Amino acid sequence: MSVRKSEVTMANDVGAAGRGRATWRYTLAAVLSLIGLADAIYLTVEHLTGRGVRCTVVAGCSEVLSSPYATPGGVPLAAIGAAAYFSAFSCATLAAFGYRRAQTLLAVIVVPMFIVTLGLLFIQTFVLRAFCDYCLLSAAVTLCLTVIIATRLMQRH
Amino acid sequence: MKRYLPFITIAAVLLLAILSGTLLFRSSQRPATQQIPTTLTATAPGPPGAQPPHIKGVQNAPVVLEEFGDFQCPPCAALHPELKKIEAAYGAKVSVVFRHFPLTKLHKNALAAARASEAAGRQSRFWEMHNELYVNQAKWSDAADMRPIFIGYARTLGLDVERFTRDMNDNETVARILADLRRGEALGVTGTPTLFLNNRELPYDTLKSEATLRAAIDAALNGKTQ
Repeated sequence: MSVRKSEVTMANDVGAAGRGRATWRYTLAAVLSLIGLADAIYLTVEHLTGRGVRCTVVAGCSEVLSSPYATPGGVPLAAIGAAAYFSAFSCATLAAFGYRRAQTLLAVIVVPMFIVTLGLLFIQTFVLRAFCDYCLLSAAVTLCLTVIIATRLMQRH
Repeated sequence: MKRYLPFITIAAVLLLAILSGTLLFRSSQRPATQQIPTTLTATAPGPPGAQPPHIKGVQNAPVVLEEFGDFQCPPCAALHPELKKIEAAYGAKVSVVFRHFPLTKLHKNALAAARASEAAGRQSRFWEMHNELYVNQAKWSDAADMRPIFIGYARTLGLDVERFTRDMNDNETVARILADLRRGEALGVTGTPTLFLNNRELPYDTLKSEATLRAAIDAALNGKTQ
């Protein structure tokens, strides 16, 4: 009887540790999403106010942000990014509080974000041959989010 | 209470995002009139640049705006209409000097555009070509062969096209561009557009609207009259 009891206690301890790690991961994902959200809001405001970013030899923000790829279908990509980061933040927060559906939804949001990020990195590298610091920050945030979600999914399966 | 905490957090972030976006939007549109005169950066006179320079306005105007520009740079094209409004509003009080600063590592057609403007300048049509290049920037920026486009502008401006084509490749044309570049480098110019107001560099934020530019010019004019 006492053996069975200690097995249950151990299983509970392992489960609690796993949940703790998951909470920590989703909290980190929420914080990263906030960074991405701030970056995207800044770029959206810059776009809406029409303020340019100076052309310099070391950075090509003006080339990237004034290119047609920055406004697909007339919609500023930064505004779409802000919506995506806010959705990711909401899901990560709910997931950190134990909502299992939010965990799945977060993965559903982050996967297309990752694919779009890869596409944008390709365009900056091979088409525009110019990089924007703010876009690279956004790419780094999305890559980190993808790693967090991927490791969590691998752990679950 | 803990049950509602994630929803309260999400709502708070949404409110904060909307609020910060609105504040940022408003601050971007407000002219920074008070700070401008104190944030001017002093510069040394430096090498003279191309002589004679391209000047729009009277020679001894109380305010001289010296622009280091790149015809393929989008913010330079955005500044172009603002400067035109300034020229029209201030008349003889302000003159504008244009200096070439083509960022050739970033802009493949910038040097060719600078050559085209100089070639037009040989036929006394520098500012007309300057205007054509900025207004139509999107049409030639990514062109694989920009020469027929520039020749088209030369034809529109009534230039001798054969002479224009010859002058585009002339060594003296390149020498003038290089002289401007050397002046810019000596003054610490690293990007475009960069504007000097009576030999003092204007902060980049000042160039983003006509209102902030006007404030800087008014401050300089008031300083002269006091």
